[in-house]
Amino acid sequence: MANQLTQQIETFVDVTRSPTQQADSLKAIASALEKDLLSMNELVAELEMYLTTTDNVVRARGILLLAEILNFLKAKPLDNAIVHSLIGFFTEKMADWRVMRGALVGCLALIKRTDVAGVVTATDAEAVARSMIDNVQVQSLSLHERKLSFELLEGLLQQYSEAIMTLGKLLVYATCEAIDGEKDPPCLMVAFHIVELLAQLFPSPSGPVASAASDLFEIVSCYFPLHFTHTKGGGANISRDNLSRGLLLAFSSTPFFEPYAIPLLLEKLSSSLPVAKVDSLKCLKDCAIKYGVNRMKKHYKSLWSALKDAFYSSTGTHLSFGIESLTTAGFEMDEIHREAVNLLQTLVKEDISFLGLVVDDLSVNSVFNSISRYSQYKEMPDTSKLEVLVISQILSVSAKASVESCNIIFQTFFFRLMNSLGIVEKPSTGDLVHKENSTVSIRLYHGGLHLCIELLTASKDLILSSEECSSAPSCAQESWCSMVNRFSVSLIEVFTSAVRSLNDDCGADVYLGVKGLLTMGMFCGGSSPVSRSEFEKILTTLTSIITAKSVKTVVWELALKALVCIGSFINRYHESDKAMSYMGIVVENLVSLACSSHCGLPYPMILEATSEVCSTGPKYMEKMVQGFEEAFRSSLSDFYVNGNFKSIENCSQLLECLTNKLLPRVAEIDGLEKILVHFATSMWNQIESSGVFSYDFSSREFVEAAMKTMGQIVGVALVDSQNSIIQKAYNVVSSSTLPAMESIPLTFDAFEGLQNDLSTRDELILSLFASVIIAASPVASIPDVKSLIHLFLVSLLKGYIPAAQALGSIVNKLGSGSGGTNISSDCSLEEACDIIFHETLSGKIISSDDSGNILCGSETVLSKICLGFYGSLDLQTSAITGLAWIGKGLLMRGDRRVNEIALVLMECLKSTNCSGNALHPSAMRHAADAFCILMSDSEVCLNRKFHAVIRPLYKQRFFSLTAPILESLIMNSQTPLSRTMLHVALAHVISNVPVTVILDNTKKLHPMILEGLSVLSVDSVDKETLFSLLLVLSGTLTDIKGHQSASDNAHIIIECLVKLASYPHLMVVRETAIQCLVALLELPHGRIYPFRRQVLQAITKALDDPKRRVREEAVRCRQAWLAR
Amino acid sequence: MVSGLINENPTVYEKKERRVRTDSSNTDEHSAEPIDQLEIFDHIRDIKDPEHPYSLEELKVLTEDSVELDDENSYVRVTFTPTVEHCSMATIIGLCVRVKLLRSLPARYKIDIRVAPGTHATEAALNKQLNDKERVAAALENPNLVEMVDECLLPSFE
Repeated sequence: MANQLTQQIETFVDVTRSPTQQADSLKAIASALEKDLLSMNELVAELEMYLTTTDNVVRARGILLLAEILNFLKAKPLDNAIVHSLIGFFTEKMADWRVMRGALVGCLALIKRTDVAGVVTATDAEAVARSMIDNVQVQSLSLHERKLSFELLEGLLQQYSEAIMTLGKLLVYATCEAIDGEKDPPCLMVAFHIVELLAQLFPSPSGPVASAASDLFEIVSCYFPLHFTHTKGGGANISRDNLSRGLLLAFSSTPFFEPYAIPLLLEKLSSSLPVAKVDSLKCLKDCAIKYGVNRMKKHYKSLWSALKDAFYSSTGTHLSFGIESLTTAGFEMDEIHREAVNLLQTLVKEDISFLGLVVDDLSVNSVFNSISRYSQYKEMPDTSKLEVLVISQILSVSAKASVESCNIIFQTFFFRLMNSLGIVEKPSTGDLVHKENSTVSIRLYHGGLHLCIELLTASKDLILSSEECSSAPSCAQESWCSMVNRFSVSLIEVFTSAVRSLNDDCGADVYLGVKGLLTMGMFCGGSSPVSRSEFEKILTTLTSIITAKSVKTVVWELALKALVCIGSFINRYHESDKAMSYMGIVVENLVSLACSSHCGLPYPMILEATSEVCSTGPKYMEKMVQGFEEAFRSSLSDFYVNGNFKSIENCSQLLECLTNKLLPRVAEIDGLEKILVHFATSMWNQIESSGVFSYDFSSREFVEAAMKTMGQIVGVALVDSQNSIIQKAYNVVSSSTLPAMESIPLTFDAFEGLQNDLSTRDELILSLFASVIIAASPVASIPDVKSLIHLFLVSLLKGYIPAAQALGSIVNKLGSGSGGTNISSDCSLEEACDIIFHETLSGKIISSDDSGNILCGSETVLSKICLGFYGSLDLQTSAITGLAWIGKGLLMRGDRRVNEIALVLMECLKSTNCSGNALHPSAMRHAADAFCILMSDSEVCLNRKFHAVIRPLYKQRFFSLTAPILESLIMNSQTPLSRTMLHVALAHVISNVPVTVILDNTKKLHPMILEGLSVLSVDSVDKETLFSLLLVLSGTLTDIKGHQSASDNAHIIIECLVKLASYPHLMVVRETAIQCLVALLELPHGRIYPFRRQVLQAITKALDDPKRRVREEAVRCRQAWLAR
Repeated sequence: MVSGLINENPTVYEKKERRVRTDSSNTDEHSAEPIDQLEIFDHIRDIKDPEHPYSLEELKVLTEDSVELDDENSYVRVTFTPTVEHCSMATIIGLCVRVKLLRSLPARYKIDIRVAPGTHATEAALNKQLNDKERVAAALENPNLVEMVDECLLPSFE
């Protein structure tokens, strides 16, 4: 044990050992102490020789060892006596400059002991500080030791402030001496903090900091403004921001710095360096708070002029009149500007008398003379523009600072501003009129309007901020408020006239007008200076703009945005009175417009305005959906009574608006779901009562929009609501002529006679019903499933795809509700499949496998139709597509019957199938595309949104089932057509399965993919399929897993890619092929070098491609191959 | 090799922002996008100056207007402006531009590289040298030169 310890000590002390060895031995000793295998006393005894030897190097290492060990044991309780003697030892050793490092580390480790047994006593701490002052010349030490000394000082100041306070002057001078000339960023971070701590320690005006303030500040001030260009690195993670923050804190740490700091900061503020300006402004703000009003007062004059300069130099003259700046200041702000704003606000907040300077300033006053000189903003010379912007900014910032400042600003300037806008007070009555008989014929001064809006915005923000910090007294008694109140009528009039301005270039007028109205409309609270009737007037004005224009203009968009802003403002601050006005004036107006189809406004514009405005509150939303219901009813009846095609177009637009604007927000808005379900039910009511359509309508658009809306509403609805919609829909269906189809027997003879003979009304009902069934959740109850399956089956054979999708949805969800049993279903999955595949196969033997499950192999009616035994080509293709959707439903729930379906579909693709001959090419194409239906994710049905039952990994399972069969079929296929179609099917399967599956099988798949690519590249019909297959190939080439197989097949891969690089039908194919060629360069050089010539030749051709993106890729590819 | 730098302290200008192309023609699969001035300039703007770590664009040796193009007749002319009149690097710069265009343009193009009139002491000789097929071919046989050219072209392929 002792032997081992000696060895470890030797290792550490021996400077020839490697640093890792030393660190290991240090750790070993420390952990022995930690586990109490070794006591502190034993260690010290063992170390004695090393601590006292006259060999400087050994002594230094020995002491460092002891110190580092203490550093490790910061959390271990130690005996007080031991701590006392150790700290005494280290304190003493500070006098020995050769062992300085160890002494510093040791002291620091002991000083930092807090909350554990064995801490340094106050007397000891004082002794440490004294010894440090006497013995340590910080600036003559190395970097690391300097940092240690600073940290030690920092630790003493933080934890033993009482004890070392007695050192007084001595301490301050020593600190000055230590910091003076420091250049290293990590040390400076600590040094700045030390200054801050010192200042806190001696706050008295007769204390040592007060008397040494000048020296101390001089030492700190030379770092300002901080210039630090090192970005990351150096390990210490010090950024300019941190450093400058530390410096600012040191500056503002004590008021005694004031006589030196403020002049310096003001001087730096006038520098041309942006960083210096920002830092000075920040620092001045801190100082203004810390130094106190009395000390700051004498600098106000110079502060104000410096601040004004900063505003002038940081403001641009460009004022935006665009829609996006309606809710912002309208001009760009840089950091200097932001800091100047902060400083001004702080100064005014701290001391209201600062405002006197602002109010009395000449340039502030002169702006009121210049604003009425130019009416148009763009006519103003740049200097006036700048003046207007800066002064309005200064005034609004000062007004925003506090209620008093707001009062003063309004008292001083508001009358003059109103005067220059042409609003005067009649002396006799006190009524307010415009100069010219109160008719609104005044000239508009943009500068004045802008200034006015800025002031109003400031006061509006002031109310909001006081409202937010709770029970502030209402502002109604404040003088600014009564002033605004007195002028509000005329102001609204002025803004309204600006909005209505008919100048040649009315953009700016209109913008300012709308912005003014918006500001007036956003005063919040019951004590708002704008009365309710005036508020309503604002709303009326804005609404009338929306309803009056027949084309989308800037003013229309501005007004709409303003209304939306006001609406969401009302909603956010729960202003019930205003909400009522808003409802009455804006919402009801627009909704009634949406209901009446005969107004000047184009219907999409009404819909946009209505949906935007109503989306600001749930109540409006409800109103809107009710309005839409009404509109839907009237439009639809207008259509089927009068044959007005315009109405049916309106209907589809309305439904689209509902789907796009409202449905995505169901989760956010309470109660929206109920309203929407009501809408869906009323849609069914409309259709039920519509009777026979007397006009044939070919509007697919309407049917699609209706299906989409219906499906999505059902998708988001709760199960109970779904049930009620389904019941309603079922009733409509049963009352129509559709049930007649249920009587069609499922026999070949009956199917042969099928025609697309549904009336438009029935088709609409069928499609909508299908979309309801598609979107219903598995637990929703569907009445009379058996006959519905029958109905859908017949209609799918007639060629109605939604019916096929609905059937797929039914087999997907049937019986999989809660606990595996559907609550009220009268039909199990077995029975459903039985109906679909077998029911009428009278006289045929139902095939069943061992488990008794009914299969749907090639003997069933449906599959026989698919294979072309009976019926026309149309019937055949419908059956194939239908089978695909049903198969998808089964596949997703993991039902084994899908295997049989897959076999039937593959049978369709054979060159000679069981019927003895090949299918019609079009039927084959449908069968090949059926694999796309089976594998790809669908937007319209069987997805999560529509509550599909999705078993994990279903794609992988289908892939491993079908890919081998398809491969062998391809090998054996005899006709080119069949081969191509098999490849299309395989491509669909491969490109939809997750790429990881492909990567596991690249060896087997590469030849197939490559053959597929070359087969598919023949016909331009297959270009999309080709592209998705090519993407799979590129996926295998870029992944390391595919490299081996790619390397084996390099020759055919390159041949294939070279061919595709000039594929004429799709640009992305060429682009991807060339990218794949680049990816191939990852393969071993020897393998690909032989093809270099061939590739370069092909790429040279691609350099002249008609598309630019291909050319760019080609250049890159050529270079990559040339460089090889 | 030359001991000192030929232009020790060149003026560095800002790079022009890459113009994003409005892909209006992108919707049509079969419409052609002919090679244009900007495309050629994009090929050569990032070539590095042989003696400074700046691109030719930053040194204003090349600008977009220095490219003249006739796509139908497969003709392109690049006029570059050396930073100083006696710049012996002008040949290397010209060679770089030529090599880069040779590698990036279809073979049908005739490439003409010129020094802007009045910007170089031995303007005529330089033009002749840069457009002499055999001399260019000979230069590209020289491994030292090829290495130098390749190094200058490296950033333009990123």
